[in-house]
Amino acid sequence: MARNPGRPLSPHLTIWKWGPHMLVSILHRATGVALATGGAMLFTWWLSAIASGPDAYASFSRYVIDAEGSGGLAMFTTLLAKVAAVGLTWAFFQHMATGIRHLVLDLGAGYELKTNRTFARLTMVASTLLTLILWIWAWRN
Amino acid sequence: MGTGTNIGRVRGLGSAHHGAMHWWRQRLTAGGNIVTMVWFVVSLFRLPSLDHASVVTWLQSPFNAVMMLLLVGSVFYHFRLGLQTVIEDYQHEGSRFVAIVLLNFYTIALAAIAVFSILKIAFGAA
Ligand code: HEM
Ligand code: HEM
Repeated sequence: MARNPGRPLSPHLTIWKWGPHMLVSILHRATGVALATGGAMLFTWWLSAIASGPDAYASFSRYVIDAEGSGGLAMFTTLLAKVAAVGLTWAFFQHMATGIRHLVLDLGAGYELKTNRTFARLTMVASTLLTLILWIWAWRN
Repeated sequence: MGTGTNIGRVRGLGSAHHGAMHWWRQRLTAGGNIVTMVWFVVSLFRLPSLDHASVVTWLQSPFNAVMMLLLVGSVFYHFRLGLQTVIEDYQHEGSRFVAIVLLNFYTIALAAIAVFSILKIAFGAA
């Protein structure tokens, strides 16, 4: 039987193919969980290190922010922290973009197939661009 | 639970009637997160340095301290609701109950440390 390919197929548990809307849906969840665990713990650790005074902050800083001539372990953990920091900024921008997408969809807008796909792709373009701009800017200062 | 059978109600089946409020507060805090988190990320990257003196000076400004408290309120409430949804999607019965209890402890403990730290710095004790 001839099928009009312009029409959407209902998703089925075993018959589906990846689309950008699925990807950003699961990314919203993954980034939300990453921010709520890794992000929130790093944030609180940082605040409590500041509150504990200059000495405590210096040892936090040595392992997380800037190894400044310390040993190999500190070099390694600050490198890991850099990767985590870049990852968390990307996760934040991605979650914010898909979060705003959620709020738009909640209004009942943006369900047309093309619009929906474009908006889903745009969230990933925006989060990647914002992350690059922010870190390149930080690098140059 | 209005339309369930009596035995169903005793077993705690059916709606707890908290769904709409959960949904709405997730969105309300999403709005709060946009304002406070964008402010935070921009401020953090604009700090001249991340050494102790600079971050303390920054957090001792009343505006910055209040914004940080608002951020903790909005973001922690938001992710508390969000992680509840994730847990409810994947965990059931006993393990769900345990996970929700741990989630509450995690969120409230972290929030208490964060708020105490912000206030300690803001009041000049760091
Ligand atoms: C690998 C494929 C899939 C993944 C990774 C996935 C993941 C998710 C996630 C993380 C959510 C919640 C986040 C959100 O609301 O944005 C969600 C919601 C939903 N998914 Fe999927 N899903 C997949 C396939 C499917 C399929 C095949 C169906 C339908 C048969 C489906 C139907 C739904 C519905 C109706 C919701 C909304 C539920 C609600 O609003 O509470 N999903 N999905
Ligand atoms: C920047 C602004 C933010 C916006 C606009 C936003 C928006 C949203 C929205 C609309 C939802 C509900 C999704 C749904 O109903 O399926 C959500 C879920 C969630 N958010 Fe956010 N959010 C933001 C920031 C954050 C931050 C900073 C964190 C963590 C520290 C976070 C953690 C979560 C988690 C864990 C979920 C649950 C994810 C899920 O159910 O799949 N959000 N967010």
